[in-house]
Amino acid sequence: MNVLKDLFQDYKFKVSFIILLILIFYACLSFFSPYDTALWGEVPRDLPPSMEHPLGTDSRGIDIFWVGSFAVRNSLIIALIAGIISRMIAVPVAMIAGYNGGTIDRVLMFISDSFLVIPLFLIIILLAMLVRDSMNLVTLGLLLACFGWAWDARVIRSDILSLRERGFTQTAILSGTNTLSLVLKEYMPFVMPLVFATLINVMAWAIGLEVTLAILGLVNLDIPTLGTMLYWALSYQAVLLGYWWWVLTPVVLAVLLFISLYWLSVSISEYLDPRSRIQRVGA
Amino acid sequence: MNFLRSYLIPRLIQYFLVIFVGVTAVFIIPRLLPSDPVVRTISELRSRGSYLDPASIDNMVAELTEMYGLEGSAFDQYIAFWQRLFHGDFGVSFFQFPTPVMELIGNALPWTLGLLLITTAIAWTVGILLGGVAGYFNRAGWSRALDTAAMIVRPMPYYLFAFALLILFGYIFPLFPVAGGSDIGRQPSFRWSYISDVLRHAFLPALSLILLGIAAWFQTMKLIVQNVNSEDFVQYAKFGGIKESRIVNRYVIRNGMLPQITALALLIGQIFSGALITEIVFSYPGLGSLLYNAITNGDYNLIMGITVISIVAITTAILILDLIYPLFDPRIRYS
Repeated sequence: MNVLKDLFQDYKFKVSFIILLILIFYACLSFFSPYDTALWGEVPRDLPPSMEHPLGTDSRGIDIFWVGSFAVRNSLIIALIAGIISRMIAVPVAMIAGYNGGTIDRVLMFISDSFLVIPLFLIIILLAMLVRDSMNLVTLGLLLACFGWAWDARVIRSDILSLRERGFTQTAILSGTNTLSLVLKEYMPFVMPLVFATLINVMAWAIGLEVTLAILGLVNLDIPTLGTMLYWALSYQAVLLGYWWWVLTPVVLAVLLFISLYWLSVSISEYLDPRSRIQRVGA
Repeated sequence: MNFLRSYLIPRLIQYFLVIFVGVTAVFIIPRLLPSDPVVRTISELRSRGSYLDPASIDNMVAELTEMYGLEGSAFDQYIAFWQRLFHGDFGVSFFQFPTPVMELIGNALPWTLGLLLITTAIAWTVGILLGGVAGYFNRAGWSRALDTAAMIVRPMPYYLFAFALLILFGYIFPLFPVAGGSDIGRQPSFRWSYISDVLRHAFLPALSLILLGIAAWFQTMKLIVQNVNSEDFVQYAKFGGIKESRIVNRYVIRNGMLPQITALALLIGQIFSGALITEIVFSYPGLGSLLYNAITNGDYNLIMGITVISIVAITTAILILDLIYPLFDPRIRYS
């Protein structure tokens, strides 16, 4: 609990934590939605914000406030799937590479380097076209997870490398601890905060990539996410027609989500090691 | 000799291995597709209302099979794929039918390379200089203000940021053209009217790439310089009464620059992807817009061509950066 207290000293952590809580609350509201946002024409079209429709309605006859809450929820689900599954790849890879060293280390790091070097965006597009027909929240999350681990495996590995040189490793080995429990029991607590910071970071990356893929029409457009909301707004020319509430809602929600996730991750990693930030943001 | 064996050859092996793996992935992925591209192409033609008699369908199947390189076993196809690559032949595009993919890419590539090189150079230089000075004077108010600005710009994905600029300067304050690389119908020439037109069209896409880039380089550089600041040689130079401008320029920024060159090599793939996305937002006539058209038309030959060219170009750029690194850091001699 002391960790949390320290983290709350940082204004970035405070602000982003509160924004994120509000967004999660908003996402949870979707369970109480009065409308079925999958159906078109439930409400009148193209209404500006009013008491009845706090964020207006779109050209498909969908209430924007409620579809927005579904969108935040689904985007967070995709991000969580991508984040957690990619941690399941990154952490073992980092531990095996970092602890064993030698040839295994070189092979694993070669693979993760290749992932960093290749323009992944294009490969993800090829794969997304491949699974376009069976695209849903889970497949999209898994697809992103396959590509979101390489950078973090490197970051976590360098942490393991320094842990291996610490005195307690020798003590543990000499007192007969086997490798598996050494790594899991002794190293895990040290790398856990780092794993968490990279998790948040990769979640932001996944949400950003989902938006991009949705604009390209490569996801299931019937599932409301931040990306598909923007896709529909753009395909109905909402910018030209002046339906600002329709375009602005997904943009503002996405921006708030990105800033809060990023600040959270920066604040945690600064707490861990003020000399370095580990953030990677981009396509 | 030592340099060859200990550095160059392993590095070259890695270079070719990455290209090999990437190209193989590009070969395999579309072939995992459950639907046959030949059948799909024909049914798409039919759904557009063109009547096809059975004989011409048979002809088309044969021709399309050849065009997509789908003759023979998977292994034969793989060998043929590489052979065609070495001749720079990616087949013909489907959405602009008889045009070879290579020609489309050749037309688009200069736009992308121009945008990418100029924006990366500006963003890197400005980010490093600003970050270096801000890192040295990290207690000043303006330094903190810049840091906060970077903290807000940095997490934006390329798409949203470009889109926001598009709305701001394209619709609300219509200062710049919102689409294309130059006015329609203008002939390329070296006259000022054409060049200024190209620059005006490139302004918004370039601005969005530069701002995002500066934020990223600024942040990392500021952190690096804050660490360099506490090194003994900086303290020594201060006590020795050397002018501050000289310390910042010659000692601090120069030392902080080195990891940033390595970072540039690591991040160039991401910067490239970002440029593609930005081009799509602004319908800029480079590889990104070509890619967008290829995706919306299901043009696999074109997507594969773009991907292969990008993989080769980016791995080569990184190789070159790695090889010229000793020019920047005299301590490294690769021996």
